[in-house]
Amino acid sequence: MRVVQRPGMKNSEKIYVVEVVKGLALTIGHVLHNLFQPKDMPVVSFPEEHKALPPATRGRHRLMKREDESPRCTACMLCATACPAECIHIKAAESPDPDVEKLPEKFDIDMLRCVYCGFCVEACPLDAIRMDIPDVAVADYTRESLVYHKEFLMNHDNKDVVPDYNPPRPVLWTHGPHAKP
Amino acid sequence: MIDSNQLFTLINITVMTVVAWLIPLQFIPVFIWLERKGSAIIQDRIGPNRAEIMGFRLFGMIHNFADVVKLLMKENIVPAHVNRFYFILAPFWSMAVSLLPLLVIPLAAPISWGEHTIHFQAADLGVGILFILSITSMGVFGVMLAGWSSNNKFSLLGGIRSSAQMISYELSMGLAVVGLLMVYQDVKLSSIVETQGRLLTAWGHTLPLPNWGIFLQPVGFLLFLVASFAETNRNPFDLAEGESELVAGYHVEYSSVKFALFFMAEYSNMVVAAFVISTLFFGGYQVPFVSTAALTQNPKLALGLLCGLVALLKGTAGFIFLKGAKQQKHLYTGVKKNEPFIWSGLCFAVALAALVFLAVGLSVDFAPGVTAVLTALLQLLCLSLKVLFFCWLFVWVRWTMPRFRYDQLMKLGWKVMLPLALLNLLVTGVIVLSQK
Repeated sequence: MRVVQRPGMKNSEKIYVVEVVKGLALTIGHVLHNLFQPKDMPVVSFPEEHKALPPATRGRHRLMKREDESPRCTACMLCATACPAECIHIKAAESPDPDVEKLPEKFDIDMLRCVYCGFCVEACPLDAIRMDIPDVAVADYTRESLVYHKEFLMNHDNKDVVPDYNPPRPVLWTHGPHAKP
Repeated sequence: MIDSNQLFTLINITVMTVVAWLIPLQFIPVFIWLERKGSAIIQDRIGPNRAEIMGFRLFGMIHNFADVVKLLMKENIVPAHVNRFYFILAPFWSMAVSLLPLLVIPLAAPISWGEHTIHFQAADLGVGILFILSITSMGVFGVMLAGWSSNNKFSLLGGIRSSAQMISYELSMGLAVVGLLMVYQDVKLSSIVETQGRLLTAWGHTLPLPNWGIFLQPVGFLLFLVASFAETNRNPFDLAEGESELVAGYHVEYSSVKFALFFMAEYSNMVVAAFVISTLFFGGYQVPFVSTAALTQNPKLALGLLCGLVALLKGTAGFIFLKGAKQQKHLYTGVKKNEPFIWSGLCFAVALAALVFLAVGLSVDFAPGVTAVLTALLQLLCLSLKVLFFCWLFVWVRWTMPRFRYDQLMKLGWKVMLPLALLNLLVTGVIVLSQK
């Protein structure tokens, strides 16, 4: 067993006064600097300006699209199964494409239940769901408007949010409309 | 029947009583704003700037109005389990007691008005400083009553801690004042402040220092300062409301206006403490190195100092506002964008006006009445600046220091400050006797 001696206070620290003056000097330094150089303050006035989020930010969900604007999703239910918050509700339907079995008729994400764990993105074998829209302040006035439907989740330009940032993603033949391996 | 002299004195005292009650009430919102904005700036934040009236935000001052509206609108709850009489009495007691001590503090040197004399002090009591000590020590009853009558263990613990702490530190506070009284040989506040207008004299040598309490009693000042932090239950001695341990201490059960009264009493106590410290140790209304007689004999000096100080302060404020306005201008539009520029411009305008007034004033001769008013204004400004500095010191220390543990608090009070105060008395006595 090793006995660790806690460092006690030095005599100069025991009379407090010197240390108090040091602390006060530190804070008044901040005050004077911030009063006369307010531009140096690391403050982001949030609703008016937004902080640049790092490229790997796990943000709002979106459903990726094929080249013909149909969803990549094949309603395999892996994301809904992986979801610990049970916030993904999928209803499958027959796909018109003979090479694809199903597509989601309904794809709802209940943002009030979502815990932003990203398991759905990990589970998806088709890179059909991503959480890369850098919107970290999801808020609204009604419960209904915070259940995101398929149309809203697919309302984007299908491009990478951060062009130079390419995390490893599954690239599969199903991405194109009629591409074959 | 009362003659005109008595009538004049009566009116003078009445007006000064009202003023002495209004001063802490006026200082409270400023102090709360200083606390919020000061803490923000210390922590590299911008601080409150969201509440607005028609786009005007007054650098966060509007938050005080929002607070008042909020606290007045809240339900004024008296829980069923409390001792109703004392529960309601406690906040009123705290507030009333905290407004009293300013009655005996001189705000400026008395000026003569014809055959009358205007005193800027509601009551020049013979007991002076002892009155302040006794009244502030009554403040502990508010805390004790609130803590006990709430019938809640957190309140009770907060009240016990607070009363124990206040009583412990009152001792060293009183002893620190005794050292000061030995030097000044008087307890009347008006004569204490008058004495501080001279230059420091030791063993027949006059030193280039004002005869202030801090130079006469440096140790006494330190003890008094620490004790007044403890007396006002202020960080690092705010164990009465250590929120991590006691929720909020003695005012857990209070809501609405009764809570507001406790809150205001706390700040009012600090304003009073700032006034007492500046009066006892920093020369009160005295302008350093310039005595009242020098000011009344040289009106140009008084005018120069007054206008120069105003121009300096307003110029600095305008500069700071301008810097802040430039930093924020890309965020807002309309009134919100232009408001800081307006205030900055106003500050510069006032500074310029003061300089113009000074230039005009230097070429004009003044009547004695005007000179007296100028002197009183300058001394009021000087006292307010000292008080504001000590208000800032309260904020500054709070956002710098961590809180004491209860045993450390008691150890500091009884084992360090009390012996130090006694030793200070001994040394002071020896020095005072050696000068006789």
